[in-house]
Amino acid sequence: MKSNILPAIKLTLLCLVFFSGIYTLTVYGISQFASNNGKGEIISHNGKTYYTNIAQSFTDDKYFYSRPSAVNYNAAGSGGSNKGPSNPDYLAQVQSRIDTFLVHNPGINKSEIPSDLVTASGSGLDPHISVQAANVQVKRIVKIRGIAESDIRQLILSNTEKPLLGLFGTERINVLKLNIALDNLK
Amino acid sequence: MNTEILGIIFMYGAVVLLAIPLGRYIGKIFTNEKTWLDKIFNPLDNLFYKLSGIDISKEMNWKQHLVALLTINAFWFILSMFVLTNMSWLPLNPDGNPSMTADLAFNTSVSFVTNTNLQHYSGETGLSYLGQLMLMLWQFISAGTGIAICAVVFFAMREPKVSSPSGRDREGLLGNFYFLFVRSCTRILLPLSFAAAIIYAFNGTPMTFEGKDTVTTLQGDTVQVSRGPVAAFVAIKQLGTNGGGFYGPNSTHPFENPNYFTNIIETISIFLIPIAMIFAMGFVLKRRKLAWTIFGVMTIGFLCLVIPSVYYEMQGNPAISQMGIAEPNGSMEGKEIRFGSAASAYWAINTTCTSNGSVNAMHDSMTPLTGMFTLLGMMINCFYGGVGVGFLNFYVFIILAVFISGLMVGRTPEFLGKKIEAREMKIAMLIALLHPFLILAGTALASFLYSGNPEAYSGWLANPGFHGFSEMLYEFSSSSANNGSGFEGLGDNTPFWNIACGLVMLLARYLPIIGPVAIAGILASKKYIPESAGTLKTDTATFGLMVFAVIAIVAALSFFPALTLGPIAEYFSLY
Repeated sequence: MKSNILPAIKLTLLCLVFFSGIYTLTVYGISQFASNNGKGEIISHNGKTYYTNIAQSFTDDKYFYSRPSAVNYNAAGSGGSNKGPSNPDYLAQVQSRIDTFLVHNPGINKSEIPSDLVTASGSGLDPHISVQAANVQVKRIVKIRGIAESDIRQLILSNTEKPLLGLFGTERINVLKLNIALDNLK
Repeated sequence: MNTEILGIIFMYGAVVLLAIPLGRYIGKIFTNEKTWLDKIFNPLDNLFYKLSGIDISKEMNWKQHLVALLTINAFWFILSMFVLTNMSWLPLNPDGNPSMTADLAFNTSVSFVTNTNLQHYSGETGLSYLGQLMLMLWQFISAGTGIAICAVVFFAMREPKVSSPSGRDREGLLGNFYFLFVRSCTRILLPLSFAAAIIYAFNGTPMTFEGKDTVTTLQGDTVQVSRGPVAAFVAIKQLGTNGGGFYGPNSTHPFENPNYFTNIIETISIFLIPIAMIFAMGFVLKRRKLAWTIFGVMTIGFLCLVIPSVYYEMQGNPAISQMGIAEPNGSMEGKEIRFGSAASAYWAINTTCTSNGSVNAMHDSMTPLTGMFTLLGMMINCFYGGVGVGFLNFYVFIILAVFISGLMVGRTPEFLGKKIEAREMKIAMLIALLHPFLILAGTALASFLYSGNPEAYSGWLANPGFHGFSEMLYEFSSSSANNGSGFEGLGDNTPFWNIACGLVMLLARYLPIIGPVAIAGILASKKYIPESAGTLKTDTATFGLMVFAVIAIVAALSFFPALTLGPIAEYFSLY
C-alpha cells in the first residue's frame, strides 16, 4: 500500500499536466484553423453575426418558427422537457401548441402538422425543422409577406439539407438560414 | 431504403470493421509487441515511469494489482473533491460559476472517478473550465484503469508459458499495473481521442477558453451562448465509455454534436473500444474462436434490445397520434431533427449497453418500451459493456455458465484448463447478485420515502404515475451500471440522491472489479489441466447459448417485477 502512494500521486499529477494540459492545448491550437477560430460556426447577415447551430426563438409570424424549446432557447442553460410520453400535463401542453398553431395558420388541416413543430427538442436549441414543418408554414408566410408561394417553396427546396452523402440520416432545414434567406428575398 | 435505417446499419458495420484491427493493436499494447506508434510513445511512456518513480519490470500478482488500482483511484477522489469544492476562486472560471456543495462534489467525484459520469449538475452553470478539464482527466484515466485491469484478467486466463512440474505460471505474476495503465491511456485512448477531437472541432464544436457570448437574434432578442473547450472533452467522453457531457443535455446540444457526421463518429466511439477489447482478448489468449463466440452472444443480446427500440421510436407516441397530427419523423419529444428518431434510439441502446451514458436524445421522453430496453441494457451491463469492465462482467457470467453446464452434463467445470470450484463460484454469485441488489434496494428505498410523504419529495419526479417510478428505477440502474445517463426529469441534486447514488456507484465499480480479478487470479495459480476429450468446450455455439441463458435468467429476470411496475405498465396505459 505505502509503496503505491507516492507513485500514484506523481503519476496523477503528470497525467493532469499531460491530458488536461498538453492534450487540450494541442487540440486548441489546431482548432484555431477551424471556422471562426474554433468558437462555434457563425453566419453574418446585415453586419450582425449569429451562431449557425444554435436555435433562435421566432415568435413573429413573418418568420418560420423554430421547434418549441423547454428552456426558452436559453443557450446558457440548455435542456429538454424530460416529459414522459404518457404525462397528462405534457399532452395538454402539446394540444395547446397545436391549437395555437392552428390559430396562427388558418386554412391548415391538423393532419398536416408534423409532430416536431409541437414537441420540444432535446437540447432546447435544435436549429433545424423537418421539411414538412417548413411546408406547413408556407401559407402563413405568403399571406404576411406577400411573396409568391412558388418563391418560398423554391427557398425551402434550396435550403433543404440532404441526408449525409444522400444515404444516411434525415432531411432537415436550418431555420435561421431559411429566415435570413427569406429576409434577403425582398 | 429509409435513410435513417441505413444510417444506423452503416454505424454498426463501421464500428465492427474498425474494432477488429483495433483489437489486434490493443492486444499488442498489452503484450508489449512492436507497433508503428512506438517511436512516439516509447519516450513519452518512459518519461511517465521515470518521473513517477515506477519500476515497470516489477510484476504483480492479482492482489498487488488491486492495491495499486485502489490507491491511485483514492487519490483521484481526494483531488477531485478539493477542486470541485473550490472552483469559484481557482483559475479558468470566465463565467464566474460557483463551487459545488459537499454532497454534490461527493457525487460528482465518485461519478467521474468510477467512469460513471452521472451528472447531478449542468455543465454550463455548475462547473468552471478548470473543473471541466479535471473531469476530462478522470475520463481518460478512469477508462485507462478499466482497460488495464481487464488486461490483467486476460493475462490470468492465458495458458502457462513455463511448463513447470507444478503447472503454475510464475506464481501468478500478471504484469505491472502502472505499465498497463499508462499504455492504455497514452497508446489507446489518446490517439483516438485526438483524432476525434479534431474532427469535432472542424465540424463546428467549439474549442475555446472564452466565456459566454452575447448575441442579438434575427428577431431582436438578446441571448447568451455558452462555449468552452468542448471538442477535446467530447472526444474522450465518447471513447472511454464515460458519457459525462460538457453541456447539460450532453450530445443533444448542437455544439456537442453539430451534425449527422459527428453523430456517426460519436456513436461509433461508444462501441469501438468495448468491441475491440473482445478481439484483444482473442489476440492475447490466441483463442480467436472464443472471442467470436463472446462477440456473437453480445451481438445477439444487443440486437434484441436495439431492434424493438428503433421500431417504437420511429412509430411515434400513440398519445400524440390521437391528437390528429402527423408523426412522419417518429417520436420527436426530446429529440433533434438532425439525428432523427432511428439514430437517437440506436444511440440510446449503444450508450446503455456499454456503460457510456452520454445521450443524443432525452431518454425520459422516449416511448415506454424503448425506456425499458435502455433500462435492460444497464441491468445486464455486459453486452459489450464499459471499456474493460464490460468484459469483466461478462467473465462472471462465463464462470456461472461453465459451472452450471458442467453440472448438467456431468463434467468437472473447467474454463481454459482451470478447475472452477466453490470459492470462485461464491465470488461469482456475489458479484452477479450485487447489481440487482443495489438497483432494487435503492429503488425500493426511494419509492418508500416518496410514497410515505409525496409532498416533501414532490421535487423529485417530473412525471406522475408509472413513469415517475421508472425515473427512480433508472437513476439507480444508471448508478449501479456505472452508466451515467438519466431520466433527467428526476430532481436529483438533493442530498439523498447525491449520497445514495454516490455510494451505489462506489460499490458497483470496485466490487465488480475486485471479484473477477480475484477469480481470475485464483484460477491462474491453479494447476493447468490440458484440454482433453472430456473438456467442456467453451468456444461453441451451444456454450454461447448457455451463457446467454444465464444472463437472461440472472440479470434480466431479477428485474422483471420492477420493470412491470414502470415501463411495462406505462406501455399498457398508452397502447
